Amino acid sequence: MSDTRASGFLPQSGIETTVLGADEIILNMGPQHPSTHGVLRVKLKLDGEKVVESECIIGYLHRGVEKIAEHRSYQQFAPYVDRMDYVAAVSNGLGYCEAVEKLMGVEAPPRARVIRTILTELQRIASHLLWLGTHALDIGALTPVFYCFREREEILKIFEKYCGARLTTHAFRIGGLQYEAYDGMEQDVRRFCDDFATKIEEYEQLLTENRIWVGRTRGVGILTAEDAIAIGATGPVIRASGVKWDIRKAMPYAAYDQYQFEIPTGKNGDTYDRYLVRMEEMRQSRRICLQAIENIPAGPIMARIGKVLKPPPGEVYHAIEAPKGELGYYIVSDGTTQPYRVRIRPPSFINLQAFDRMVRGHLVADVVAIIGTLDIVLGEVDR
Amino acid sequence: MLDLILFYFFATLAIVSAVLVVTRRNAVHSAIFLITALLATAGIFLQLQAEFVFIVQIILYVGGIMVLFVFVIMLVNLDVTLRQMQFNRGWLVGLVLAVALGAQLAYALFLGRNVQLTGPAGGELSAQNTEQVGQVLFQNYLLPFEIASILLLVAMIGAVVMAKKRI
Amino acid sequence: MNALVEFFRPHLLPLLYAVVIVAVLPLIAGYIVLLERKIMADMQARLGPMRVGPHGLLQPIADAVKLLIKEDIIPENADRWIFWLAPLLSVTAGMLALAAFPFGPAFQIADLNIGLLFILGISSMGIFGIVLGGWASNSHYSLLGALRSAAQLVSYETAAGMAVVGGLLLAGTLSTRRIVEMQAEQGTWFIFLAPIAFFTYLVASIAETNRAPFDLPEAESELVAGYMTEYSGFRWALYFLAEYTNMVVVASVATTLFLGGWLRPFPGTTWLNFLDYVPPLLMLLLAGYCFYRTPRQPVKVQQGFLAAVGLLCLLLAVILALPLLPLAVGGIEAQSLRPAIHGGFWFLFKVFAYMYVFMWLRFTFPRYRFDQLMKLGWHFLIPVSIVNVMGIGVALVLDREAGWPLWQALVLTTLLTLAVAAYLAVVGERKDSAAVGGAERSA
Repeated sequence: MSDTRASGFLPQSGIETTVLGADEIILNMGPQHPSTHGVLRVKLKLDGEKVVESECIIGYLHRGVEKIAEHRSYQQFAPYVDRMDYVAAVSNGLGYCEAVEKLMGVEAPPRARVIRTILTELQRIASHLLWLGTHALDIGALTPVFYCFREREEILKIFEKYCGARLTTHAFRIGGLQYEAYDGMEQDVRRFCDDFATKIEEYEQLLTENRIWVGRTRGVGILTAEDAIAIGATGPVIRASGVKWDIRKAMPYAAYDQYQFEIPTGKNGDTYDRYLVRMEEMRQSRRICLQAIENIPAGPIMARIGKVLKPPPGEVYHAIEAPKGELGYYIVSDGTTQPYRVRIRPPSFINLQAFDRMVRGHLVADVVAIIGTLDIVLGEVDR
Repeated sequence: MLDLILFYFFATLAIVSAVLVVTRRNAVHSAIFLITALLATAGIFLQLQAEFVFIVQIILYVGGIMVLFVFVIMLVNLDVTLRQMQFNRGWLVGLVLAVALGAQLAYALFLGRNVQLTGPAGGELSAQNTEQVGQVLFQNYLLPFEIASILLLVAMIGAVVMAKKRI
Repeated sequence: MNALVEFFRPHLLPLLYAVVIVAVLPLIAGYIVLLERKIMADMQARLGPMRVGPHGLLQPIADAVKLLIKEDIIPENADRWIFWLAPLLSVTAGMLALAAFPFGPAFQIADLNIGLLFILGISSMGIFGIVLGGWASNSHYSLLGALRSAAQLVSYETAAGMAVVGGLLLAGTLSTRRIVEMQAEQGTWFIFLAPIAFFTYLVASIAETNRAPFDLPEAESELVAGYMTEYSGFRWALYFLAEYTNMVVVASVATTLFLGGWLRPFPGTTWLNFLDYVPPLLMLLLAGYCFYRTPRQPVKVQQGFLAAVGLLCLLLAVILALPLLPLAVGGIEAQSLRPAIHGGFWFLFKVFAYMYVFMWLRFTFPRYRFDQLMKLGWHFLIPVSIVNVMGIGVALVLDREAGWPLWQALVLTTLLTLAVAAYLAVVGERKDSAAVGGAERSA
């Protein structure tokens, strides 16, 4: 391998870069690969079929988003955050808008908060559906991806009717919403939620009790609770390891304190548990949507803030529970219309650190399953 | 007439393949020619109406042993042998022995030059070839059959034991 | 001239059959691919190829033309001769195996009295096509993928062979025609007498043809690229043809041995004789569906094409209905043609049903990991099929010596084998979960 010397191979673990054991080879899963879910490069040191060590090389999708933020006004920066986790753009927007609102000391009106909750939970379902489809496809089940995309299509239709875009929605504004809930949004959401219950049963029927699925996912990629907390993993990754931590319950934002829902946790922290946790999360999101759509309070959708936003100097950290984990925004304002610093805490980036721990001792065929179960989006990892 | 043509075809194929087996440098080519030599021999068996031996030749020799050979050839790095000296110092002894063997074969053929080929070697050719082989194998030759199968079992166990990292 | 014809006369009919099969097989394989894509689409809530011809019926022709006119790329350091030879071996092995199948009581190229053994032997020669293909690609990963694929084939060949032996014990002969005739004599298909053998053969044959869920060596999302990677254009088409031919071979073996070959369901029972009317009715239904959909086609050409397909189905329905009528044409009783014509229909129907099960399983299940695959083959399928063979042998002895009715003894055999299978499954689960527990502790 020509560039092992250049990049080193985890020098802190004391492994020489040029001397390899007799049976060890270095396998490169290049940035272009059907299963790396984006431009992720993984270098694996293999002993026969077993993975001895691994290294993730990221940065292929780095676009300098945080630097760009310093030269845009607060409202101008909002569309940029959609492009980080492009699979779940609405959540990104929610986190950013709420962070700036916190900085400015305003609160979005109740109606806006409830509609935000509904859209965010729909986005969580859509993100988990995409995860399920691609994860199953990697493991070899060719059919669930089409069913998942069929449901995701319904959600994207709702988004399109609401804000005109399906993927990079820019649905929320700082201070509330720009668009009123469209006529028939309630019916659409209710119809989707009613339909969705049977569809989840369909996916469970295909996969949950399937011997091959269980054989491929149980015991694969185990992350213990201590490791998960030490790494700082969040989201379904840490919940499947047994830690009951969800920001929607711990530090409620938007309208989450008004609704009842459960936080699913797993026991072993393996791939199968992460699968079960995400399936249950989809059910709970549907529950939240149904509760929220029951009574959306009347009132304004936008708080009273001026057109030109000049938050007072200060700093704020605001985190939300994105589908991938804890998405945090740390914004430093110097009193001008452009932020001084925007630091984004991407959940996929921090969860990806667990990869090395999870993949050691497994076979090469499991690497693909483990990358899939972490549910990373490279737009978020690299920003 | 067709029989004769087929026989000459198979015989030529067998001889040419056998010669090519030992003259190719590339080990995989040698293996492929060995396969064709074995298939040609199987064809001759079929012509002699020994169907069971024909198919057993294909299943065991070609489908089993040659697959093993090919696996081993491919897993072992043979680039180095392509560049090695092809003749070692014992070539003179080899040549002498080959000439001696050839002389013996030629003498045997010379002795038998007047023999008339009258017909099949003996015994009835029946359509129940496999059944007859089976009956003879399991009735008259049962003990050698069992011994041979235990031999194979021992070989299998030995191979597994040698290949496993931990027992 | 006369002497030449006389010379070839005994071989003319088999030669004709062989030409028909070799000429028709690539077309049929192409349409099997289209069928698979349509079935895949149906299971995935979409439509499949729709553009080329009505309902995509001309898609295989378009694909074949495209593959034929593609550039022939040979890797730089590849062994040209072996690169050329490998797909040839696969296709030849597949097609040669088709020689021993009775597609009907009259339609068989060669009624070898070692028929089934011939098929198994020739299929095992297909392994060379895979191994040499991986070697000739001059890529480390192709070679490893090819060797893994070959290892999988060899392992499941044993299980498949044992399952076939289970059926053979009931038939008592290796000749494929005699096997079907024995099923006619017994009055039932052998699947009812030896169901475990059939299901073992089903699983083993899926692994034999490298189909999902056993297709790890050739999956696109895996790291080790399969043996077909460096092949493009027509060479790849040959490999593809070989794979689908192998599917047909394996389905034909199962049909001949377990599903009664050319016999209709319950061939002996007379009160089920109305089943004889199923073939022409089925074809009539198909023709009716084609004519029904004809006016709904968007383009005139597609309308014409679908109408032509409908007419073809109608013609087939008429051909299938003829032997049911009490006619006599030119001295030949129409009824006497029934076994031949209906036999061909039933054989093809069963082969397609078996392949439908293949496709169904492919789109339902995820993929097995390679070590799980090997474990399934060696630790589960081979012991189960060996026990099954022993059980059937004991059942046959009980039938001949102790006078038990055969089906009673075989029910006992089936139960015993199921018990062994259940035990192996439970032990396997416990070992698996012990491994998981170990992994947990070491994490």
